[in-house]
Amino acid sequence: MAAVSTRDIIKKFDEIPAVNGISLTVPDGEFMVLLGPSGCGKTTFLRIICGLEKQTSGDLMIGGAVVNDLPPRARGVAMMFQSYGLYPHYTVRKNISFPLRTQRVPGAEIERKVAWASQMFGIGHLLDRRPRQLSGGERQRVALARALVREPTALLLDEPLSNLDAKLRSSARQEIKQFQQRVGVTTIYVTHDQVEAMGMGDRIAVIDHGQVRQMGTPSEIYDDPADRFVATFVGTPPMNIVAQNGGYLGFRPENFLPKAMIKDAACTEFKFRVDRSEYLGSERIVYGVLEGFDPKQAITAKLPPAHVADEWIRPGEWHSFAVRDSALRHFDQDGKRAGRH
Amino acid sequence: MRRILAITGRETAFYGAVAFFVIVCAFPFYWMLITSLKTNSDLYNVTNIPFWFTEAPTLEHFRYLFEQTLFVRWLLNSLVIGLCVTAITLVTAIPAGYSLARMSGRNGEALGIGIFLTYLVPPSLLFLPLSRIVADLGLQNSMWSLVLVYPTFTIPFCAWLLMGFFKAMPPEIEEAAIVDGCSLFGAFMRMTVPLSLPAILTVVIFTFTLTLQEFVYALTFISSSDQKPVTLGVVTDLVRGDVFYWGELMAGALIASIPVAIAYNLFLDRFISGITGGAVK
Repeated sequence: MAAVSTRDIIKKFDEIPAVNGISLTVPDGEFMVLLGPSGCGKTTFLRIICGLEKQTSGDLMIGGAVVNDLPPRARGVAMMFQSYGLYPHYTVRKNISFPLRTQRVPGAEIERKVAWASQMFGIGHLLDRRPRQLSGGERQRVALARALVREPTALLLDEPLSNLDAKLRSSARQEIKQFQQRVGVTTIYVTHDQVEAMGMGDRIAVIDHGQVRQMGTPSEIYDDPADRFVATFVGTPPMNIVAQNGGYLGFRPENFLPKAMIKDAACTEFKFRVDRSEYLGSERIVYGVLEGFDPKQAITAKLPPAHVADEWIRPGEWHSFAVRDSALRHFDQDGKRAGRH
Repeated sequence: MRRILAITGRETAFYGAVAFFVIVCAFPFYWMLITSLKTNSDLYNVTNIPFWFTEAPTLEHFRYLFEQTLFVRWLLNSLVIGLCVTAITLVTAIPAGYSLARMSGRNGEALGIGIFLTYLVPPSLLFLPLSRIVADLGLQNSMWSLVLVYPTFTIPFCAWLLMGFFKAMPPEIEEAAIVDGCSLFGAFMRMTVPLSLPAILTVVIFTFTLTLQEFVYALTFISSSDQKPVTLGVVTDLVRGDVFYWGELMAGALIASIPVAIAYNLFLDRFISGITGGAVK
C-alpha cells in the first residue's frame, strides 16, 4: 500500500504556480528524496502533504485515504522543520511527549513511548533540559524523536541538515538513514543538496519549476538523466553539454579522458584545449574548450591525479581527449533525452 | 602610565554620562519628595534654599491628602480603570496583532499601519464626538466612561506593538504544534501566548501607564470628585482657583508614580531576555 500518494497537485500563490502538477507515489517504508534548486516548489509540496498549505487543485492520499480536506492534526504525518521548530519553553521531555499529549494518550503510555524514543536517539540524559541548552546535533535528535514518537504514517523532513556544519552533516546523514531503516517509517526528505539525495534516497524525484523532471533511483538519475536539467543539476562538476546536429550531446566530466587512457572500447574523440586545472587531492579538475564547438562553452574533465601526465594539463595546448560511446548521452533540441526507452 | 590615564579618562566619561542620566531621571522624584515633606512656611519663603529643608520636615501634607480629600478613592478608581482597560486591551489586541502578523498576507501591513495611525489622532480632537457617545450611553460623570473610551487608544497601539513581536517570532514553532496535533487556536494558546510573555507584559505595563496618566478625557467626562481617577483628582481638587496646594500635589503625584516606577524596574528587564533562545537556530 502506498503511504503517501498525490495526483496532479497544483498550488498557486496569486496565480503564480509554485507547484505545477506533481503526481508521485511513495510506497510504505520508502525513503523518497525531493531534490531541486531553491524556489522550485519542493518545500511548498511538503507543506501541502502535511496540511500547512492547501493545494489549489489535485488529490492527496495518505495511508490510502483522501485527506484533501483534513486538518494537519488528522493526517497522521510528522514533520521536522529546517529550523527544527522545538518548543523553547518546554523541556526536552515535554517537547517529545507533546504530539502524544495533544492526542490524549494515557500517561503511562506516554512515558513508555518517550523512553523508547529518547533511548533510540541517545538523548535520555537530556530530557530535563530546554532546547537552548542543547547543541545543534542534539536539537536535531530531539526534533527527530518528537517526530517519530507517535509512529506517524509518514515522516516529512524539510532540509534537516542545513543548520549543521559540514562535519556534523555527514554523520547526521548516516544517522537519519539508519533510524529510518530501523523504524521503517515512510520518509519524504526535501533537500537541494545532491550529495544528501544521492546518499540517502531509495528514490529521488528531481523537481524544477514545480514539476517532477525525473523520478528514479540515484543511479538512474545520475547515469540516465531524463533531460538537460537533471543532467546538469546532479553531479559535481555537472555534465558537459555541447550543441550538436540540432540537439545536444552530454557526457560526465569523469568520462572525458585523455585518449591514451581509453584503450578497450569504442570511443568518440575530441580536440580539447586546456585553460586551467585544479588539483583537489583525490581528483584533478581540468577546464577548457572543445575544437569545433561553441568556444564559449566551458568543458570540464575530472581526472584521477595518479594517472595524469604533466603535458595533458599544460594550459593553452591542444590534446586528444575522448569519451566512451557508452557514456555519451544525446538530448533533442528541447533538452529531452533522445531515443530514451 | 599613558594607558592608566586613558582608562581613567574613559571611566570618568562613562560614569559622568551615567551620573547625568541618573540626575535627569531621579530629579523629579527628589523634587516631589522634598516638596511634599516641607512645611508651607519653608516652601513659600523665597530666601530659603529650595533643594533642602530649612525647617524640620513634616508629614502634614500626606495627612491632609489622606484625611481631607478623596485621595484613596481616586487611587482605587485609577486601579479599577487600569485593570479593566488592561484586560479589555489584552483580550482584543493579542488576537488582533496575531492576525495582522500572520494571517492577512500583504494587506496586513497596510492595515497595521492604518490602525497605528488612529493612535496619532489627538484626544483633544476626539473628546468632542466621544463625549456625545458617552452621554448617549448614559455614562457621563462616571468612571466607566473612561473604561469605555481608553481602549480606543490603547488597543491600536498595543495591537501594533504585538504585531511587530509576533512577526519576529518564527512561525515554525506554531506550525510544528499544528502538525503535532493542535488546532490553530490551540497552537496560538500553547505556543504563541506563552512565548510572547515579554511583549504581553510590556503591553500590560504600557496600557496601565497610559490609563494612569490620561487627562483630557477624564477632565471632560467626569466632574464628581468620587468618580475621578487619581491624575484628575489631584490636579482639580488641589488647585483651587489660583491657590496651589503644592505640598499635597507633590505628595499625591509621588504616591501615584511610585508603583509605576517599581513595575517598570522590576518586570521589564527580567522578561525581555532570551526566552525564545534555542527554538530555531
